[in-house]
Amino acid sequence: MDTITTHHHADAHRDDTAAKIGMWLFIFTEILLFGGLFIVYAVYRFKNPVAFDLAHQELSIPMGLINTIILLVSSATVAVSISAIQKNDKKMTMAMLGITLLLALVFLVNKYFEWGSKFEHGMYPGSDLMTNLSNGDMLFFSLYFFMTGLHGVHIIVGMILLGITLFKVKTGAVNSGKYALLENSGLYWHLVDLIWIFLFPLFYLIH
Amino acid sequence: MAEHNHTKHEPNYLEYQGKHKGLLGWLTTTDHKRIGLLYFYSMMTFFLAGVVMGLLMKFELISPGEQIMGAQTYNGLFTLHGLTMIFLFVIPGVAAVYGNFFLPILIGAKDVSFPRLNLMSWYLYIFGAIVVLASQFMGDGPPDTGWTFYAPYSLKTNTNVVAAVTGAFILGFSSILTGLNFIVTMHRLRAPGMGWLRMPLFAWSLYGTGWIQLLATPVVGVTFLMVVAERLLGIGFFDPAIGGDPILYQHLFWIYSHPAVYIMILPAMGAITEIIPTFARKTIFGYTAIVISSMAIAFVGYFVWGHHMFTSGMSSTSRWVFSLLTFLVAIPSAIKVFNWTATLYKGSINIQTPFLWAIGFIFVFMIGGFSGLVLGSLATDIHVHDTAFVVAHFHYIVFGGTGFAFFGALHYWFPKMWGKIYNTKVANLGLLIFFIGFNLLYFPMFYLGLMGMPRRYYDYLPMFENANVLSTVGSWIMATGLIIIIVNLVRARKGSGREIDNPWDGKTLEWTIASPPIVENFEEIPVVEHGPYEY
Repeated sequence: MDTITTHHHADAHRDDTAAKIGMWLFIFTEILLFGGLFIVYAVYRFKNPVAFDLAHQELSIPMGLINTIILLVSSATVAVSISAIQKNDKKMTMAMLGITLLLALVFLVNKYFEWGSKFEHGMYPGSDLMTNLSNGDMLFFSLYFFMTGLHGVHIIVGMILLGITLFKVKTGAVNSGKYALLENSGLYWHLVDLIWIFLFPLFYLIH
Repeated sequence: MAEHNHTKHEPNYLEYQGKHKGLLGWLTTTDHKRIGLLYFYSMMTFFLAGVVMGLLMKFELISPGEQIMGAQTYNGLFTLHGLTMIFLFVIPGVAAVYGNFFLPILIGAKDVSFPRLNLMSWYLYIFGAIVVLASQFMGDGPPDTGWTFYAPYSLKTNTNVVAAVTGAFILGFSSILTGLNFIVTMHRLRAPGMGWLRMPLFAWSLYGTGWIQLLATPVVGVTFLMVVAERLLGIGFFDPAIGGDPILYQHLFWIYSHPAVYIMILPAMGAITEIIPTFARKTIFGYTAIVISSMAIAFVGYFVWGHHMFTSGMSSTSRWVFSLLTFLVAIPSAIKVFNWTATLYKGSINIQTPFLWAIGFIFVFMIGGFSGLVLGSLATDIHVHDTAFVVAHFHYIVFGGTGFAFFGALHYWFPKMWGKIYNTKVANLGLLIFFIGFNLLYFPMFYLGLMGMPRRYYDYLPMFENANVLSTVGSWIMATGLIIIIVNLVRARKGSGREIDNPWDGKTLEWTIASPPIVENFEEIPVVEHGPYEY
């Protein structure tokens, strides 16, 4: 029976490279998930050029711009946290992760006010106002809510990942010799940023 | 400890007792072999349920008019049959069961790269299955859209489409994570000396499949989310009444669902490629050609989705381009068939049950493949589109291809998985009856389709009756064969049997280890010095 109970099972095995390849592959799938939506956006924009152009003026460019800057900065801070853990600077790592989380939260608060002002005017999926819009306007705002909403879900998932990582840095489970989790959370956060970099011009900027 | 009185020191994976015992030990396992069996048992359950639905539909079609069910029940039944068979059986299918069980062994590894993620994939699979099946009982009744959920009907019907689509989305997640796991495993865990071109071809087919799972599934995932949003929130993506484009739905759906056909068939081809050289006692003909053709199928298969939509409204340029690409994807498939038959040439063929399944596979796969070309041609497709011809074609591919390979692989690897051997005479008899029934069931549907009988109708004109009777009788014969096959295997599993490590004298790594394998497969990680099929 001894041989049975002392048996080491395969999940004791650790392979950071595999973890990173896995994360990259997962990021491919996320890009394709949004890729499907970009196709839908392109098709409907092609079909309703005038309506899309008019509808996009309803969105506040400063709000979008602020959120873009917030996400870009948060991508930088998460990158710094990885450099910090490599240098075994636990304090800095935690500080940078904390700032990243804070910025993510600010992004969501901004989004809340942005969506909130639309809701106040009766603009939300399924509302009377929205169902009475012209087809092109309706599609623009449908896509706007759906795509930024799905992106928002990814922000929340990213925050959970970064939160878990921060906790593990604190306990020492993630350290200078073992930080694949931090790198992967960072990669995921860059993805969330990257998608926003496409959403921002598509909805706020393009004439 | 009397029952563990082996000469081997290590317990095999079936008797291993970890932290948890019994059923809990299975439900918390991260052993790829046990996870393979978890998939196997759950999948067989769904498969048999799907078979019963098929038999009921065939019984309804035995003569014109209503037999045992009305139109709405029939609509719900073919939808559920499709959902069960496609999403719960053939898409995970060969890859989830035999891929999980054998991929690590074939490349000389102890497990997959992410064992816990692997278990999570199974839980997602079960969770998705529960949600899909819950659609039958919740809300306003079983979905009646067919497994394709075509807009705008899927947006208009009062039936419970949301649950079915959400379930399919979750199942997609499970599929993506399995594919991801397999790809990383092959990159990271090949045994010393096992270069890429020394990998067994089943592993290669899983590699191609993994990439399709990764690159195609997210597109349908987001499409299903859009259907849910449209139904729940009234967002207009696909409903033409509010500016949406139902043709766009079809594009997005088939961008995934055509490559999904290759998710189903590639691992099946891979399993056949393992069986053929073992029983021809000869190295595989054209190893590299098979590798390239697997990857070519995965690649070209991505660009042929439009052939499902020749009659839906596309420019004539798109039509001929998609038609051409469809013909192109037939080339790598044919290369495989030529390689299998060329392997047999001058081999010392050992006719055993798995070999007979492989031959049966080639036969039905060829019929399915050629009828696919009829559908890929623009002119003939107009004639047979949405008729029983299409149903016959894809059952020849999906059931005849993947199903035959699934059972062929089961008979091939059964002695390895459970360390028992089945009664080969009964197994062969079961196969013969199954094979006759299968062809009698589906072949008349080619004729029916050519004569103009539409698919998905519970009723038909009297002129179609004779062929339908043949087909229904075929379904009974096939079911009889299936029962014989399953009873035979269950008896073998329960019987005392004898333990044989290598009953077929196979050369790949799984035949070098104990039957059933020990927990981490190998006493010592092997060093590979030659290709997989050295005879």
